[in-house]
Amino acid sequence: MRSEASWGLKAAALGGLLFLHLPILLIFLYAFTTEERSYAFPPPGYTTQWFGVAWNRADIWPPLWLSLKVAAIATVMAMILGTLAAAGMARAKFFGRDQISLLILLPIALPGVITGMSLRSAFGIMDIPFSTWTIVLGHATFCIVIVYNNAIARMRRLSGGIMEASADLGANAFQTFRYVLLPNLGSALLAGGMLAFALSFDEVIVTTFTAGQQSTLPIWMLNELVRPRQRPVTNVVAIVVFAATFVPILIAYYLTRGGSETAGMGK
Amino acid sequence: MTARAILPAKGAADHLTGTFWRRPQLLLLLLITPPLLWLGVVYLGSLAALLLQSFYSIDEFSGVVKEEFTLKTYAELFRAQNLDIIIRTVVMATAVTLACAILAFPIAYYAARYAKGPWKAAFYLGVMLPLWSSYLVKVYAWKLILAKEGILGWAAEGTGTGFIITGILSIPGMEGSSLSTSPFGTFLVFVYIWLPYMILPMQAALERVPNSMLEASADLGATRSQTFRTVILPLALPGVIAGSIFTFSLTLGDYIIPQIVGDSSRFIGLTVYQLQGTAGNTPLAAAFAVVPILIMLVYLALAKRAGAFDAL
Repeated sequence: MRSEASWGLKAAALGGLLFLHLPILLIFLYAFTTEERSYAFPPPGYTTQWFGVAWNRADIWPPLWLSLKVAAIATVMAMILGTLAAAGMARAKFFGRDQISLLILLPIALPGVITGMSLRSAFGIMDIPFSTWTIVLGHATFCIVIVYNNAIARMRRLSGGIMEASADLGANAFQTFRYVLLPNLGSALLAGGMLAFALSFDEVIVTTFTAGQQSTLPIWMLNELVRPRQRPVTNVVAIVVFAATFVPILIAYYLTRGGSETAGMGK
Repeated sequence: MTARAILPAKGAADHLTGTFWRRPQLLLLLLITPPLLWLGVVYLGSLAALLLQSFYSIDEFSGVVKEEFTLKTYAELFRAQNLDIIIRTVVMATAVTLACAILAFPIAYYAARYAKGPWKAAFYLGVMLPLWSSYLVKVYAWKLILAKEGILGWAAEGTGTGFIITGILSIPGMEGSSLSTSPFGTFLVFVYIWLPYMILPMQAALERVPNSMLEASADLGATRSQTFRTVILPLALPGVIAGSIFTFSLTLGDYIIPQIVGDSSRFIGLTVYQLQGTAGNTPLAAAFAVVPILIMLVYLALAKRAGAFDAL
């Protein structure tokens, strides 16, 4: 085995990485184009006016607030439920354990359209009107697994000895949780929360089934993609959405860097 | 004086700690109940509602959902136009999965076996960021790329390779006025969006192939390509299958991409969406949504046999 990769392999690997990244750059470029009716390349001229136009468009702000609100609530719920599940599952061995871990994974393993359609059916059968909470319900469900994955990876890495040491020194379960477990789990939980937020903020497939007439930012974008009005404005919003997911992902990466677990392995 | 003088007074929290220590099942139950209740009620409950809906039917005259058990709705799935949708979706999912596997392999292989230090981190982030960054933004980017007047058309014109695009667009089944309205465009975008899901499990599987085995293979006189075919590939296969679970399942259910890029021919996801929305035929939408679940159950059973779950 040579320790140096062949040129062909190197080229294919780097080409693959570029293939993954170059398309996103175009979104940025087109936010500055002066052409608003087509996607002409290269853009005929450059302007920064669309940022101002987007700022003043009244139809963008309510979806943005709704998205932030939903993502914030869903993240908090997912962090609580995901951490509890991870704490229970980390060391315990009991009957049905595999089934439970499958159940936690299922909302993200099955296509979103199934989760969406299922929730839609349930709301229909139980006559639940669409509201912010119906969106949150769906988002929290598929965000649990994100927090769970991050938390359980960290818990497995923690030595059980520190909990016993804490008990030997006279701490009760709650003190151990507050002073030993939480500081050790903190960054993993935060990373999980960041990823959950990014996932929820950006989610569109389940949301279209649970939102009714409400519009989150991704739904607003989807409508613009199907029926474009001012195309560069969509690009400006796309940049906002991109940043709102990109930054939490980077933070999550740096929070869990160096461990055997790294955030985001199991989306 | 008794022991009380040395030991601090016990509060309720200490008593609870003792109880947890004596009965660890109690603590487990307390921890696991809230998430289980949530997933059990919200998720499994909804899946049950989906199943229930799929056994209802719609009154053809009034358009009202009849809440009586019937298999009529499932029978409708076997109509020619609905079978077409299912077959088209499965063919697309298969093609996307194969293309992802081929494209992902060199990236995963390089990242797993050659990349070191900062390059390793760069490859990791380079795959992770597109995986997590906004799905809709990525689809939109491809709409810009594939548009007739977009960058791909411009580059083809500049380099005189426009005949390639025209060639692709003239293949039967791939017709369209530009790549962004051709089924080939839909395929490209699917491959792009799900590619990271294939790379990660593949890379994880390749990293687990021990170097000693490759050395042994070389010592026994195998050429590089023999080692690759008879040692690396079989050992990496569970990772490929694990990745294919994602690419296959995600393509089966997606309905945004065919809506934005392509000739608006219908896929399972899009059909579910249209049936429950504009058409108001929730029972048939539910029955359609059950199809990917069944396909995935078969797929997962096959994958489990191939040992893919250890690579997840």
